[in-house]
Amino acid sequence: MHIVDGALSNPVVIGGAIAAAGGIAVGLKSLDLDRIPTAGVLSASFFVASLIHVPIGPSSVHLILNGLAGLLLGWAAFPALFVGLLLQAVFFGFGGLTVLGVNAVNIALPAVLAWLIFGRLIARGTPLHGAIWGGIGGAFAIAATTAFVAMSLALSGDEFLPAAKLVFVAHIPVMVIEGLLTGFAVLLARKVKPELFVKGSSA
Amino acid sequence: MAHALAPKATTLAETGSDAPYGVIGDLDPRVRIVMACVFAMVTVALVDIPSLIAALMVSVGLLILSRLPIRRTLKRMAMMDSFIIFMLVLLPFTMPGDEMFSVFGFPASWQGLWKAIEIGLTANAVILTLMVLVGTMEPVTLGHALHKLRCPEVLVHLLMFTVRYIEVLREEYLRLRGAMKIRGFRPGTNWHTYRSFGYLVGMMLVRAIERSERILGAMKCRGFSGRLLLLQEFSMTRKDHLFVTLLSALCLGLLFLDYV
Repeated sequence: MHIVDGALSNPVVIGGAIAAAGGIAVGLKSLDLDRIPTAGVLSASFFVASLIHVPIGPSSVHLILNGLAGLLLGWAAFPALFVGLLLQAVFFGFGGLTVLGVNAVNIALPAVLAWLIFGRLIARGTPLHGAIWGGIGGAFAIAATTAFVAMSLALSGDEFLPAAKLVFVAHIPVMVIEGLLTGFAVLLARKVKPELFVKGSSA
Repeated sequence: MAHALAPKATTLAETGSDAPYGVIGDLDPRVRIVMACVFAMVTVALVDIPSLIAALMVSVGLLILSRLPIRRTLKRMAMMDSFIIFMLVLLPFTMPGDEMFSVFGFPASWQGLWKAIEIGLTANAVILTLMVLVGTMEPVTLGHALHKLRCPEVLVHLLMFTVRYIEVLREEYLRLRGAMKIRGFRPGTNWHTYRSFGYLVGMMLVRAIERSERILGAMKCRGFSGRLLLLQEFSMTRKDHLFVTLLSALCLGLLFLDYV
């Protein structure tokens, strides 16, 4: 899901960087003293979770879980996921440097959207009810991320359009998996630590 | 941090000297970050294949200077290529232009091929330079250097926390996976696997939150007021000036090569 350097046109790269800076600024504002350790530890857990490979048929996919990150962190998911992307680019060579902004927007904006739309729904009702909304939120975040990636490519040139469409179709199984996993994760969290999402959605 | 994935590696949070990385390790971290950004912007601006090959050669030169394990680093770079190869292979078929050959009636264009090569070269040159110049830093040093480059303080704090706890949480993840394995869990494409992984992620997050509450308590107890004091000082030496001059000259040379 990472876009690399050199693929996008300059307006897209610059637009992405500005949008990312805005999102990070909003996210950082929501981080007061008490929430810095939480955001840091969660940012680290999502980094670790992205190393988990889940089998799907003969192949496997690695998790992104940006939907879950958004549901837990709200706007703070923006800087948290940005930090993850930065570390991945610098130390693992995934993605690129000039496209860091675009990549951050593509991953983190769906996370924030998932929180805005589904944040309250997952805290209400029975844990199962919350888990179903969580699952939808998780699948939605991946769908939105794929759509954003496709859009960044399409805006850079028509020749990427078929590739962008293919990327979207190829990610449908990933959306299902992420949705299922997010749903189960929310189900467990609601049962084990019910106050988790209540706090998360009000912060 | 790449070494963090190897077993028995030192943790990310250990500050130490970056000495093992040859000439590059001696440079001021701020210089390394800024020059990596400059080089990336210059490389992205290049459009000709020869100048892009020259840019890739510059980054390979930096790799040799850095004394990183060459094969392992190139392998990691190739891993990124495996992500984009799909898009690159598709490009000749989707970009209109002079026909090169056709597969099942789909024409492949030369323009598309050149574009794909261009993207491949740019991406590799930039990511290799980034890994060599910045990736050789201790993650903690990276945080300090970003702070000195006037990154928002909270963002740097977030980075430091993340770096500090990646290793801790990875150990927790491995412990949970071990516990699953010992109970006969084998991942496959089935409901049971997805439920188990979902619970695994959920458990990791619940524990992470509880851990962060303990961390906050411990930090408050020691007088944490929302600021971490970042005391590492950096200073520019003659080596840094020399490096900046040389790499800038190379960048200008690349732009010139591209222009003519």
